[in-house]
Amino acid sequence: MYAQMVKSEATQDDPEKLAAFEARIAADEKIEPKDWMPVGYRKTLIRQIGQHAHSEIVGQLPEGNWITRAPTLERKAILLAKVQDEAGHGLYLYCAAETLGVSRDELTEMLLDGRMKYSSIFNYPTLTWADMGAVGWLVDGAAIMNQVPLQRTSYGPYSRAMIRICKEESFHQRQGYDIMMKMANGTPAQKRMAQDALNRFWYPSLMMFGPSDKDSVHSAQSMAWKIKMNTNDELRQKFVDQTVPQAEYLGLTVPDENLKWNDEKGGYDFSEPDWSEFFEVIKGNGPCNTERLAARNKAWDDGAWVREGMLAHARKKAARAVAAE
Amino acid sequence: MSSVNPGALPDGADAPRARNEWPLWEIFIRGQHGMSHRHVGSLHAPDAKTAIQNARDVYTRRNEGVSIWVVEASRITASAPSDKGPMFEPSESKIYRHPTFFDIPDDVGAM
Ligand SMILES: [Fe+2]
Ligand SMILES: [Fe+2]
Ligand SMILES: [Fe+2]
Repeated sequence: MYAQMVKSEATQDDPEKLAAFEARIAADEKIEPKDWMPVGYRKTLIRQIGQHAHSEIVGQLPEGNWITRAPTLERKAILLAKVQDEAGHGLYLYCAAETLGVSRDELTEMLLDGRMKYSSIFNYPTLTWADMGAVGWLVDGAAIMNQVPLQRTSYGPYSRAMIRICKEESFHQRQGYDIMMKMANGTPAQKRMAQDALNRFWYPSLMMFGPSDKDSVHSAQSMAWKIKMNTNDELRQKFVDQTVPQAEYLGLTVPDENLKWNDEKGGYDFSEPDWSEFFEVIKGNGPCNTERLAARNKAWDDGAWVREGMLAHARKKAARAVAAE
Repeated sequence: MSSVNPGALPDGADAPRARNEWPLWEIFIRGQHGMSHRHVGSLHAPDAKTAIQNARDVYTRRNEGVSIWVVEASRITASAPSDKGPMFEPSESKIYRHPTFFDIPDDVGAM
């Protein structure tokens, strides 16, 4: 998902405190910043929320790529608002992570030097305007699948950030699907572009949910702590079941020969994505990894003088105000 | 720090490195409908004025507010979770503070 393969930390804590903590989780109580929590819970959450935040921030790049080239002024304004929302999502999440005792600049530095990851999906290029449709429809659609249950996560600040984010995501998905409808019902060339976008984004979207449950080593602890609410395969299945009829409505073909309704399980059978590709992208060898990290590093470096200048100015004004008293 | 944020670190844990980071501000917003200001989250800004501008962009993109308060997180003093018992227990036993403690006959009418 936006947080894939988050390593969960083993934990060695006072057994009495740990038992009380686990009882609170079982009773669906929210854990708040100053409450006692296992060291591993704190570390896993920092990693997961941080990775989620980084995904929102890096996720602005593939869509930001099309803002100046959107086909109409209205589309431009909509895309700008969507991308601005993603910046906001990043900030809600950084602020939730900060309640765990890490600073936002530290998190940023860990992203910039590669110690922390972001979702594999944002390492794919957005080549045509139809990709803006596919991203909103499929990528935000997959994000919603994961984020809706996370509103119930055990950590209070994370849960509240998810609630804010979910309120805004539906706009993202619908604007994407709206683009797809226009393209799919447009000229033959436009329809081909829509199909091509679906072809390229289908499997990367399925990868967003992370590896198959049988290879997902960190899930059990995170699910016990209620910082992961569903297994990867459960969410992937739900996503496929929801998305296939939407593709049919558009008159587009999901690029999977094995896709077939299975009456018995009440869901579709479908092909797994190429997991070796997924692991390559995670390792940094996707089509855009280098470009994305370079763009984030450049923005950070180019903004340094602004951050420093504004802080110096604020300190000077504060000192003057004190002197005048 | 007594802030609700960095202070969340357990006592004795490594304090976050002192860095040249914009301070953290807690943001409170009054919604449309005559409610009190409510905590919505936090953000970083060099000063109060910028914190308000940033809060407008981060927390009110969809008409969520008609008024914003910002306060530097380090200025907030919070009660400790370990005080929860002694702090709030005294009110637990005073059930006569609730109207349902008193049995009023139906014949009396609405009260
Ligand atoms: Fe988002
Ligand atoms: Fe997103
Ligand atoms: Fe989104």
